[in-house]
Amino acid sequence: MKLLTKTSISLALSAALIATAGYAASQTASSSNAGVAARHAQMQMVAYNIGMLGAVAKGEVEFDAEMVNSAATNLKMLASMDTASLWLDGTAQGEVDGSRAKAEIWSDRAGFIGKFKQMEDAAAGLVDVASLEDLRAGMGPLGGSCKACHETYRGPKN
Amino acid sequence: MLDGSDHVADADNGALVFTAAGCASCHAAPGAEDKLVLAGGYSFASDFGTFYAPNISPGAQGIGGWSLAEFTRAVTMGVSPQGKHYYPAFPYTSYVHMTDNDVADLFAYMQDLPVSDTQSRPHDVGFPFNIRRGLGLWKQLNMSDAYVLGGPRPEPFERGRYLVEALAHCGECHTPRDAIGGLDRAAWLSGAPNPSGKGRIPNITPGALDWSEADLVYYFESGLTPDYDSVGGSMAPVVANLAKLPDSDRAAIAAYLKAVPAIP
Repeated sequence: MKLLTKTSISLALSAALIATAGYAASQTASSSNAGVAARHAQMQMVAYNIGMLGAVAKGEVEFDAEMVNSAATNLKMLASMDTASLWLDGTAQGEVDGSRAKAEIWSDRAGFIGKFKQMEDAAAGLVDVASLEDLRAGMGPLGGSCKACHETYRGPKN
Repeated sequence: MLDGSDHVADADNGALVFTAAGCASCHAAPGAEDKLVLAGGYSFASDFGTFYAPNISPGAQGIGGWSLAEFTRAVTMGVSPQGKHYYPAFPYTSYVHMTDNDVADLFAYMQDLPVSDTQSRPHDVGFPFNIRRGLGLWKQLNMSDAYVLGGPRPEPFERGRYLVEALAHCGECHTPRDAIGGLDRAAWLSGAPNPSGKGRIPNITPGALDWSEADLVYYFESGLTPDYDSVGGSMAPVVANLAKLPDSDRAAIAAYLKAVPAIP
């Protein structure tokens, strides 16, 4: 049983790593601007850790409290990063290549930070969850926080 | 069939139909907090002009005073109580498949929604498309009560077909249109230019979308793609609706999408 869990986790991890590697490869030239590239790296970390939780929520990987706790903790920390050094002036969509950051991030920084707070709270709600049911229940608010911010502050892909 | 039916309207099922059909996504005022106030005003750019979603709240500016027969004709045939053709920005070419019971339940549900006194905004459509009589011919060419993927099939396919082809009207955006705006049924769900901006509405046939059934179901439930990006653009309100449906309906949609002919 223990072995099976470990195996399934490492399988999921490999899948996640391959997905992440694919993402990273497609993002090697994510931006010539170091700040934008760093933002993408932050989002990549977010996607990776949500992927860990999502694989469990979807039933692809068995529930493992330690892994779930670790991913949730990382998400909470990623969401609490200060925005000032990352969303520098002059790095909105159209101002530098690769950026999809909308001008609203600069005109309404408090609202933007509020969305990260929403994500931080959603991730905090998943730290130390005890069961698959609790994890599944907590994924809604977490995914909702991604969507809420992207809807308001992320520009179109093309 | 409408008169003489002994169907007892079920407003709870009407709520589900309302959600699956995405009524509020277009008929709530843009940016409105309360999506159940169907004041209208949402704009749809097209090659033929700009259409504005009308007020369909149960008051004098909307559908107040309509009979069930009038409502049914409007929703499933695209004809107003005054006998005028609606423009197909209103997806009646999909709703044509709606069952009489679902229409009756939807009608019952909508009676209890808040009334809005906002006047519907006239469409901004130039000649010759402003002549509505031409829409009768358009309907003869482009409206069919036959499903795109026809025939009796095992469940959950048929439920999925009803959701995709009728209620959720997925083909309206995901299927390309011909020169006069009719859906190209031979290219069903294979993607289309985005009428209201840059970019494309994606191809969601198995020829382009390689998500598993579980991926699809999870996306409809959580709004997260298999690589854990969040749903965006016009699809965001759609997923918000799909998330409210029963699990079995999300699974049925996924099963249908997996059975759609692959178009690269």
